[in-house]
Amino acid sequence: MLVVLAPLVAAPAIVLIGRARAAWHLALAAVVASFAAACAIAWKVSREGAIDYALGGWEAPWGIAYHVDFLGALVLLTVTGIAVAVVTYARPSVEREIPESRRYYFYGCLMLCLAGLLGMTITGDVFNLFVFLEISSLSSYALIGMGRDRRALNAAFQYLVMGTIGASFILIGIGFMYMMTGTLNMADLAVRLPEVADTRTIRAGFAFLTVGIGLKVALFPLHLWLPNVYAYAPSVVSAFLGATATKVAVYALLRIMLGIFGVEFSLGEMPLHALLVGLGSLGVVSASLVAVFERNVKRMLAYSSVAQVGYMVLGIGLANTDGVTASILHIFNHALMKGALFLALGAVMYRIGSVHIRDLAGLGRRMPLTAAAILVAGLSLIGVPGTVGFVSKWYLVLGALESGLWPLAALVLFGSILALIYIWRLVEVVWFERPAADAPAIDEAPLQMLAPILVLAFANLYFGINTDLTAGLAQRAAEALLEVNR
Amino acid sequence: MLEIFPALPLLLGAIAAVFTRGRLRAALMVAAPVVGAFVVWSQTQGATVEFELLGYTLTPLRIDTLSTLFGYLFHVAALLGVVYSLHLKDTTQLVSSLAYAGCAVGAVYAGDLLTLFVFWELLAVTSAILVCARGDDRALGAGLRYLLVQVTSGVLLLVGILAYAGAGNSLDFDWIGTDSPGGWLILVAFGIKSAFPLVHNWLTDAYPEATPSGTVFLASFTTKVAIYALARGFAGTEVLIYVGATMACFPIFYAVVANDLRRVLAYSLINQLGFMVVGIGIGTELALNGAVAHACTDVVFKGLLMMSMGAVLHVTGEMRASELGGLYKKMPKTMLLCLVGAASISAFPLFSGFVSKSMIVSAVLKEGYDVVWLALLFAAAGVFHHAGIKIPFFAFFAHDSKYVKTAHEPPTNMLVAMSLAAALCIGIGCYPEMLYGLLPYATDYSAYDTSHVLAQLQLLAFSALAFTSLKLYHVYPPELRSIHLDAQWVYRRLAPTTLNWLFVRIQRADRAFRGFALSGLGWVTRSIVRHHRPTGTLARSWPTGSMMLWMAMLLFLTLVLYYL
Repeated sequence: MLVVLAPLVAAPAIVLIGRARAAWHLALAAVVASFAAACAIAWKVSREGAIDYALGGWEAPWGIAYHVDFLGALVLLTVTGIAVAVVTYARPSVEREIPESRRYYFYGCLMLCLAGLLGMTITGDVFNLFVFLEISSLSSYALIGMGRDRRALNAAFQYLVMGTIGASFILIGIGFMYMMTGTLNMADLAVRLPEVADTRTIRAGFAFLTVGIGLKVALFPLHLWLPNVYAYAPSVVSAFLGATATKVAVYALLRIMLGIFGVEFSLGEMPLHALLVGLGSLGVVSASLVAVFERNVKRMLAYSSVAQVGYMVLGIGLANTDGVTASILHIFNHALMKGALFLALGAVMYRIGSVHIRDLAGLGRRMPLTAAAILVAGLSLIGVPGTVGFVSKWYLVLGALESGLWPLAALVLFGSILALIYIWRLVEVVWFERPAADAPAIDEAPLQMLAPILVLAFANLYFGINTDLTAGLAQRAAEALLEVNR
Repeated sequence: MLEIFPALPLLLGAIAAVFTRGRLRAALMVAAPVVGAFVVWSQTQGATVEFELLGYTLTPLRIDTLSTLFGYLFHVAALLGVVYSLHLKDTTQLVSSLAYAGCAVGAVYAGDLLTLFVFWELLAVTSAILVCARGDDRALGAGLRYLLVQVTSGVLLLVGILAYAGAGNSLDFDWIGTDSPGGWLILVAFGIKSAFPLVHNWLTDAYPEATPSGTVFLASFTTKVAIYALARGFAGTEVLIYVGATMACFPIFYAVVANDLRRVLAYSLINQLGFMVVGIGIGTELALNGAVAHACTDVVFKGLLMMSMGAVLHVTGEMRASELGGLYKKMPKTMLLCLVGAASISAFPLFSGFVSKSMIVSAVLKEGYDVVWLALLFAAAGVFHHAGIKIPFFAFFAHDSKYVKTAHEPPTNMLVAMSLAAALCIGIGCYPEMLYGLLPYATDYSAYDTSHVLAQLQLLAFSALAFTSLKLYHVYPPELRSIHLDAQWVYRRLAPTTLNWLFVRIQRADRAFRGFALSGLGWVTRSIVRHHRPTGTLARSWPTGSMMLWMAMLLFLTLVLYYL
């Protein structure tokens, strides 16, 4: 429980204290505690299997149950780990980008958002899932709105509208399910749904859930809110949301579609797999192409995120062990690469004040470590062997070939080539071009920012070579998901 | 004693010629064939060197009477050629000449087919360099055509060897015969290099294009290696008799009309090869002796003629009969030496051609091939006509040409080489026992009996009469400044025009297709850029309403899909 409770309690405490410095310290303490709890849970899960916890002693299906399995443990680890990195990093960046008076609000919202995401991960109750979704969404609207210019407000407003509609779609879907089964507990739903699966109500509910979660996932073409959000939010928020928010949404997709409705219903009777594969492929190609032409690096990475989400959705759509493994693995791996990239860009923003590709010329000479992290995470994004990006793409290609869909394997490779183009454009500017004559002399980012960046960049390499932990966990999670309702 | 590869001195000489210059190089190059000949002389008959390679027994060295005879022959030819080219400074040409001679020696000592193939291909490459040595476009073109044919022969040989060995035969290079498809392929490969009719064009095409000394080398080795290979592999194959008879006859007509004197000699070379092929085809001891003996004498007298023409070319820079003439006034020594060669090739008694050619003709008569015999008589008369008379007549006599004023004797080394060859011609002609002793089969054949001498003299007299009367009555085809094409027409005219016609059409279709593909690609690229650039449809920030629309559409789509 501590894993959700720590940030959830920290949030009001921060607002009550109302002082920026103390707020940061409290937030850091909360995320570290949360991370430690996540580690403990992961360790327990890996030893004893899935954990169930009845909130307030009310047993399921009447009370609210928490349920953590392999998949949940992996996502918990990812989210809390990124949170530790981001909060550590946050102080200098926030001091630069957010006015003093609002800083403690910022930390409060960040904690709330984290609590929401963790709650979504850990809960075993669909309505609870909706509640946590709303907690994380509402706090993230506030976080985005704190961006330095008015475009951030606009982006936040758009996201607010879209996200609210998405959430209401999800709520409608949950309502339909409740209507037909009379339960909100996930395990209970999984048992009862098959009896009533062949009704219009359930099908409509399924459709609402698909679109609602699709919006949160930023499934093409419901991704349109995402680029502006990532581009104009404060650096810390970009990094945090970019690394976690869509991943937790993918997790929710997995839980609801595969865990509750079951593989046979979702991917067998319903043409969800066709939808996922089709839209995923479109997303990969289209978003990558946009990224190739984009000049604002943050926006470019945002589009790249849409493409990466496309890979994850593709993997789920394949509906075989390797494909789902690839998706789960990519949740973790993409958090590592995008976390590193957005944090590095935050450091660039901190020093240069811009993330336009033109202003990054010669960065390799001025901020060598940050630029090196960009290089490593960029290579990982492309999927170069020896980095995490390679591992998940490898599983994805395996999954595609296993299903006999070699054009999809070719598409993954094509997407990698597009990634190569837009990443190499960045690398070339950063490493091979000379800085503009009037560029200000700047130093490397402060250590407090640099350390999380380098740790994440290193993790990109480490988990790319030592794949036992992540790939093993992901594979077991995938097997569990696909087995549950066989 | 220790067996040394006889090809080694020549090949080492070739390597040495790369690194040395001037007199040292001259000395080394002369020494190489002399040492090589000594190696040939010192070897034990019947010795072999074998080693295992990938489970096959290879015999890179096998010494018997046939290979020894060709070993001597090639060293003599190499010596003549080297002396003849001593004045040259062109390293490429000198090195490839010696290497070429070395490969030829290696080929005749090859005891297995794979080794033979290796030297076969090396011969092709080294000789192609000689053809190209003049360096102008014509020589390069001829060289490439030459190389193409030679490599084709090599490939056929390799395929033939594989098929032959695959049929359970050993790789040893002995009598092969035409019982298996592999044997036929090998025969064709040998045939290409021996300039069989219809595949002879590489010879008349390439040899006249080489440098003066290059031609001397070329005329000595490639075809003789092929003759050696035929004699060993296909002795007594009857089809060769008729092939040979054709070869002996058809070039005469071309030789008569050819204007380039070295091309005349090239045709005459094919004609002489015809005699040898007939001898091999008959396959009796006498015939085989005659064939290889004729190969030996041919190398010397054809070399002498090529050298004398080379000398003329060297001095005047002209080889067309229509432009030459009257050179006897300035080049009397060359003229005399040329006459010795002409007498030899025409088989005058007391000259070398007589003692070898008569052996073949006797063998033909003895085995009862009357028609072939008549053909050979015609061929012999024709030889006298075009090689014995035409060559010296147009080069040194006829009308006085513009070159008479400036002409002079060729360099001493050329004269020495020609004199050596002439001495050999007369020596062999007068003392044929010298040659007969080296032949593969013991023989008590005597060239100088009454019937031989008388028949040959009659032949020569009437041939001379024919030439004289034709000339007097102006029926003789005038020397025209022309290049004539025979079977080459197929690949120098027909093939290029056909291919050209085809290419033009293919090109047109190809261009249209590529234009279409390119414009399609351009359209795709442009639309991608239009939609994906930062202001493009897919990249710009959308109003909230449009996003809503998308969402509604997707919901509709999923609902429809799920209800289906």
